[in-house]
Amino acid sequence: MASEDDKLAEYKKRQKMRSIAIAVTLVVIVVLFYVATLIRLGGNVLNRPY
Amino acid sequence: MAGQGSDASLEVVGTGPERQGPAIAVDSDDFSVGPSVGEFFELMKPRVMSLVVFTALVGLVAAPGTLHPFLAGVALLLIAIGAGASGALNMWYDADIDRLMQRTAARPIPRGKVSESEALSFGVVLSVGSVLMLGVLVNWTAGALLALTIGFYIFVYTMWLKRLTPQNIVIGGAAGAFPPMIGWAAVTGGVSIESIVLFLIIFIWTPPHFWALSLYRYRDYERVGVPMLPVVAGLEETRRQILLYTLLLVPMGVVPYFIGLGGVVYGVCATVLGGIFLWLALRVRAAEEGREGDRMAKQLFLFSIFYLFMLFAVLLVENVVAKVVG
Repeated sequence: MASEDDKLAEYKKRQKMRSIAIAVTLVVIVVLFYVATLIRLGGNVLNRPY
Repeated sequence: MAGQGSDASLEVVGTGPERQGPAIAVDSDDFSVGPSVGEFFELMKPRVMSLVVFTALVGLVAAPGTLHPFLAGVALLLIAIGAGASGALNMWYDADIDRLMQRTAARPIPRGKVSESEALSFGVVLSVGSVLMLGVLVNWTAGALLALTIGFYIFVYTMWLKRLTPQNIVIGGAAGAFPPMIGWAAVTGGVSIESIVLFLIIFIWTPPHFWALSLYRYRDYERVGVPMLPVVAGLEETRRQILLYTLLLVPMGVVPYFIGLGGVVYGVCATVLGGIFLWLALRVRAAEEGREGDRMAKQLFLFSIFYLFMLFAVLLVENVVAKVVG
């Protein structure tokens, strides 16, 4: 049976990995929206009125 | 230090100034280290997801017109996430019977790795997120079809039909048949006869595929009270139904050739593979019950996967070549 310290260490490790996964997901979503917007706007992005 | 408390079986740590974050009880057999990222991924049924991505890709490539490669990749990613989300929701709802079935006992919830509420939250967030993002980033027809797929799989198949009728997988099979339509809609923004044909191939393929599996796994379903056809109507009737659906599937598999969706290579492959499918279904029909019957059913089950894969692979290659050359 794993000791309490081992369990706590594993708990923290998994929590950290989940946090990293969520952070990466959020960054990916931002990038997807950004690039997709550029693609959809195409050349019009440079021709907007000022 | 954790574990040095004098009385309780639970000790709260993390409340002191040297430790930040919520209290964690570690000195207990009930203490869970929490799910890993990999266990969340397992909830998404990666193997099913890969088949969904593949069929969606074929719909995407076979559709007339073009979609920017980046948006096509986004569409596939979101379709995969939507499919994975419905897998997680299916595991959440079916956790009670998954624990009792040999085929599903090793899933993350029965193993105690992921709690039911975690699976539910994960599935809901991914479902809503994938549908909204597909709608906004690609188009709303594709988004609506993905929502329909997830809703159909969870509400119609998992919650309603699966435990109610032996026709569960006949109707519920529609959920697995939508992905090529979503891929097609991502490019064209609509639904057409060609995408409906791709839908129908998977839709009609599902019953003989699943019933072949259930012929040698029916005791699992019997134990948990899921009315799969062999449990309710017997093995003989199941074999007859497999043959009937195969007789429908074989001509349906060739239809893409006649409507111009597939070329000559596709037509030949669909005919030959359809013939083998029919031959195996006839062997299953004629097989004696017991080990021999199980072996035939297993053969048919494995071939059915190969059959669908090959049909869609040939369609994919033909359409890629046509787009590159023409």
